[in-house]
Amino acid sequence: MSEKKKSDPREGSLRIIRRGLSLSPAIVEGWRRTVLLALLGTAGSSLVPIVVQRSVDSGLGDTQGGVDSGRIVLVVVLAAVLLGVSGVASWAAKVRIFTGTERGLTQLRVRAFRHVHDLSMLTQNTQRRGSLVSRVTSDIDQISLFLQSTGMILVLSAGQMLVATVVMAFLSWQLTLVVIGVFIPLALSLKIFAERMSIAYDRVRQTVADLLTTIAEPVVGASVVRSYAIERRTQQRIDDAIQTNYRSNVKAQTIVSVTFASAILVGGVANAAALGVGVWLGVVGDLSMGTVIAFIFLITLFVGPAQMATQVITEAQNAVASWRRVIELLETPADVVDPGPGVAALPTGDLGARFSAVRFAYPEGPTVLADLDVTIEPRQRVAVVGETGSGKTTFAKLLTRLMDPVEGTVSLGRDDQWADIAQVSFADLRRHVVMVPQEGFLFDSSLAENLRYGRRSATDAELVAAIGDLGLVDWFEALPRGLETRVGQRGESLSAGERQLVALVRSALADPAFLVLDEATSAVDPQTELRATRALEVLLDGRTSVTIAHRLSTAENADRVLVFDAGRLVEDGSHADLVDAGGVYQRLHASWVAQASLGGGVTPAGTLAP
Amino acid sequence: MTTSLDNLGGTDTTDLTRRGFRVLGIGIGRQKALFTLSIVFSVLFGATTVADAWVLGWATDHVIRPSFEDGDVATGALVTGVLLFISVSILRMIGVVGRRLVGGIVFYRLVAGDRRRVTRKYLRLPVSWHQAHPTGQLLSNANADVEAIWSVFMPLPMAIGVIAMLVVAVATMLAADLVLTLVGLVVFPLLFVLNVVYQRRQGPRMAQAQSLRGDVSSVAHESFDGALVVKSLGREDEETARFASASEELRDANIAVGRVRAVFEPVLEALPSIGVLLVVLLGIGRIESGATDPGDVVQIAYLFTIVAMPVRAIGWVLAELPRTVVGWDRVRGVLDDPTRFPYGTADLPGSGPVGLRTEGLGFAYEPGEPVLADLDLEITPGSVTAVVGSTGSGKSTLASLVTRLLDADEGQVLLDGRPAPDIDHDELAAAVALVPQATFLFDDTVRSNVTLDAEISDEAVWDVLRTVQADRFVEALPQGLDTQLGERGTSLSGGQRQRLSLARALVRDPRLLVLDDATSALDPAVEQRILRALAERSQGEGGPTVLVVAYRKATIALADQVVHLADGRIADRGTHAELRERSAAYRDLVDAYDQAREEVDHE
Repeated sequence: MSEKKKSDPREGSLRIIRRGLSLSPAIVEGWRRTVLLALLGTAGSSLVPIVVQRSVDSGLGDTQGGVDSGRIVLVVVLAAVLLGVSGVASWAAKVRIFTGTERGLTQLRVRAFRHVHDLSMLTQNTQRRGSLVSRVTSDIDQISLFLQSTGMILVLSAGQMLVATVVMAFLSWQLTLVVIGVFIPLALSLKIFAERMSIAYDRVRQTVADLLTTIAEPVVGASVVRSYAIERRTQQRIDDAIQTNYRSNVKAQTIVSVTFASAILVGGVANAAALGVGVWLGVVGDLSMGTVIAFIFLITLFVGPAQMATQVITEAQNAVASWRRVIELLETPADVVDPGPGVAALPTGDLGARFSAVRFAYPEGPTVLADLDVTIEPRQRVAVVGETGSGKTTFAKLLTRLMDPVEGTVSLGRDDQWADIAQVSFADLRRHVVMVPQEGFLFDSSLAENLRYGRRSATDAELVAAIGDLGLVDWFEALPRGLETRVGQRGESLSAGERQLVALVRSALADPAFLVLDEATSAVDPQTELRATRALEVLLDGRTSVTIAHRLSTAENADRVLVFDAGRLVEDGSHADLVDAGGVYQRLHASWVAQASLGGGVTPAGTLAP
Repeated sequence: MTTSLDNLGGTDTTDLTRRGFRVLGIGIGRQKALFTLSIVFSVLFGATTVADAWVLGWATDHVIRPSFEDGDVATGALVTGVLLFISVSILRMIGVVGRRLVGGIVFYRLVAGDRRRVTRKYLRLPVSWHQAHPTGQLLSNANADVEAIWSVFMPLPMAIGVIAMLVVAVATMLAADLVLTLVGLVVFPLLFVLNVVYQRRQGPRMAQAQSLRGDVSSVAHESFDGALVVKSLGREDEETARFASASEELRDANIAVGRVRAVFEPVLEALPSIGVLLVVLLGIGRIESGATDPGDVVQIAYLFTIVAMPVRAIGWVLAELPRTVVGWDRVRGVLDDPTRFPYGTADLPGSGPVGLRTEGLGFAYEPGEPVLADLDLEITPGSVTAVVGSTGSGKSTLASLVTRLLDADEGQVLLDGRPAPDIDHDELAAAVALVPQATFLFDDTVRSNVTLDAEISDEAVWDVLRTVQADRFVEALPQGLDTQLGERGTSLSGGQRQRLSLARALVRDPRLLVLDDATSALDPAVEQRILRALAERSQGEGGPTVLVVAYRKATIALADQVVHLADGRIADRGTHAELRERSAAYRDLVDAYDQAREEVDHE
């Protein structure tokens, strides 16, 4: 999408800036007054040349003694007063700009953040997560930096140059044309400079990313590097990355230096031209001596902005690119939409689920689930089995409305009270149906805060009670600081198994009628495994549950097993029905048994199948 | 970084500045020639900046005034003036390009040099040292901290050039007019002092904003990583409120930075203009009394206009010094670390499986809290030994000790009868392979990740990929063995990464293979297939001695011998059947899965 837009960058950029500003109204609030103050503020820089011109023409440049000192003093005092006024205006303008942009961008940041959570799991896969984070962090920072520094310099420089040009034109239009004529080639070449600079900086950014990755090798992979004795190879890779990064930096620095300095040369030529033409005009025409000198002062007001121009252009391009990314995120429609309250309600108490002619496919992708018609009765305990890619995870995501089917409907309810879940408000749905993901994800906070993700109003006593209900008291009591135990980033202070326990307590607190579980595949410490199994047993008791099963025991103990294969529901029945049916399940089961009996030793395989 | 900047408020400022200057001295010493060159360019820039004003003064007195007074163009002088303006600006441009470019090169070289030093040190420091330091800190030592030390070298040449420029400026002003020079002597130092005050006041505020920026980023990271939990428990509103409050704190901090900027910037900009006004005011009297020429007044006024900005460079240097010192201390902390981990010179003759013995092995990460104690172990060449035990029983530590990633505090590890620390590093790496718990892949091709650039044929690579059941997914990759895996192999699943990590060990035909829970992310069925293939390899001629840390009973059952660790000691050893028979603790441990299942069965 962005590729197409790049074909007409100018129109695109304007649209982006306009749209960006409309999304952050605080930036442009009272902009007329801000611009007025800013212009007044920059006007101060043109005062000095005017004073010089007036003073020289009032006799300062005349050694024959005709100094009109009274007039010069008046001019100086007037200029001092105006300088003060413009300083105050500049202060006021800056405060307004900083406050306005920060307020506006914070609105945008929070809005973008919320939108990310509103997008379905479809758009929000693992690969994109890192880039989503940069939408609400570095991209917004980039825009802020631009609006407050380069963007402001751009506007102020433009204002300064405008005021200077007006002053110059007022003093002498002929000399003004000369000066502008000298600066035109520079202005034209800026675009080329800016392009080369942006390419050079892209290259620098790339080499920095490579450098960071390579430098991480001896740190993150310390034991691999040491145990394979590949220190030399690793050092060579790092040295290469450092050298590449160094070269690209020097190259970028060369372009920046030359561009920056070229404005000085142009300034010198402008001075020379103003001197030559000014003196000639003074002799043949009516140009005053003060005017010639004032022009040399005024030229400095062009040199400064010209030096910064390439940098400003590069940063402006970056900022517009960032703005574009944030806006594109906000313009991505949320494909799973909250219908809001009042459309359809779920009955209180037990719930079943019904899939009617459901088909699911990723956009422009193959169908991953087709022709699904199945009803799950209230309080039924269902195990879903199948190989990777069979469609069992998609089934769970449709059931919890993390995604919507392409065709057909998913309903929840019982008896004759059924509601299409696409019509049920998120708040209602999440109260009744909770998904327990494979990895217990914890937030960097206390245990209590993490449990309250299940029920925000729960008191400490209720939290402890829930832990007790699931039979986890011994585990809980061994924690160093009880409910106040810090779980660390992503819960890493706890083991994987313990994180799973927290996730179970959290779900118990949410107290849903319907639970959807994704069973963990990775091995955890046996004691914790035992605790989790017991806790799960309590949790599932008296609720409808659908478990994506990876273990033999889960399928064996379910009321009903749904077997998926290549996007279709191929078998449906109890373990006993299916285990000898000669289908997919029998095959899966055989491999499970083989593996269990291999390690089982004493436990005869026979006890696995009742 | 930010926290230490805050702490700096407490330390003595003069001491800090003194130490900062010492670091500057070290940096200059390292890049003597280039730094000198950058100073030459910078002085050229400073001198030509003053010369520019002098040209204007000269042109006023020798071109403009005579021409206007005589009503006739003073052609000779005019040509000189034009040429002077152009040639001075050419010199000035050369000065700027040289200063910026050479100054930049000095900075980048200093940074590259310290990055090499720090990473070389990382490669020499032992694994135990790495384990004792947070990854994030070590990465920032090699990146942000190194840059923090030397970033002062960006404005440094300019600042030194400016000092030269001020000397020349004051000299030319003195030559022009003594009284007007006094204005300069007031305005320039004032400009400089104000700028230092500004930077120092801004420092803590900017550090504060930077740290809040980090907070906003971690809330976003965490919230998006836990999106599934947020969504399935309907916590979007609370998460948005949490993010909004972090963003608003950042906003207020940024506004606080902005408010200080809004006060200082207009003042710093107005100061030179005030100087010019003073010069003009005083100039009237000086000209009237005949003490000075109009050209001198114009020259001095112009000098104020063009000298003002560069003077601020000195402030930038002083503002950078605290960061320089903090970065220096951190990097020195790594470079000066005395930890040593020398390797011996002994070899391990032969090519068959290596025998492993430990004698009274003891190890503690924290003094007084032994992880392993008094461990005697005998593993015959070519056998398979499983190590089991609950979390914290010392299994991983044992794996690190026998592969000599760690050295024992007590007792010793013997490989074919030779103490591990006596063995040559390359010899050890060739004989012993460890597959660690946490998989690590390089940002490189599949092939390089397996071979680690050793001379190994593709045939051998495919062979081992088949053994670890990785051949099918590698074949399916767009460029097969040549596929770039990206940063730490993030494009692969956990199980796929573990398989490549296993392949890396197996392809070297190790004589002792240690698997530290290296198959946990694999599907149990796949794990079984791999381990059985491995066992077959082992039974063949010259297969390795295997030590495997495991949870799954199926894995344990493949072992000739099982060692049960509890609290850092050997609780029991024998075959799986023997241990089951005589040890209740062992049964509890390995039967936990079965127990869970049986309980469910009985309900």
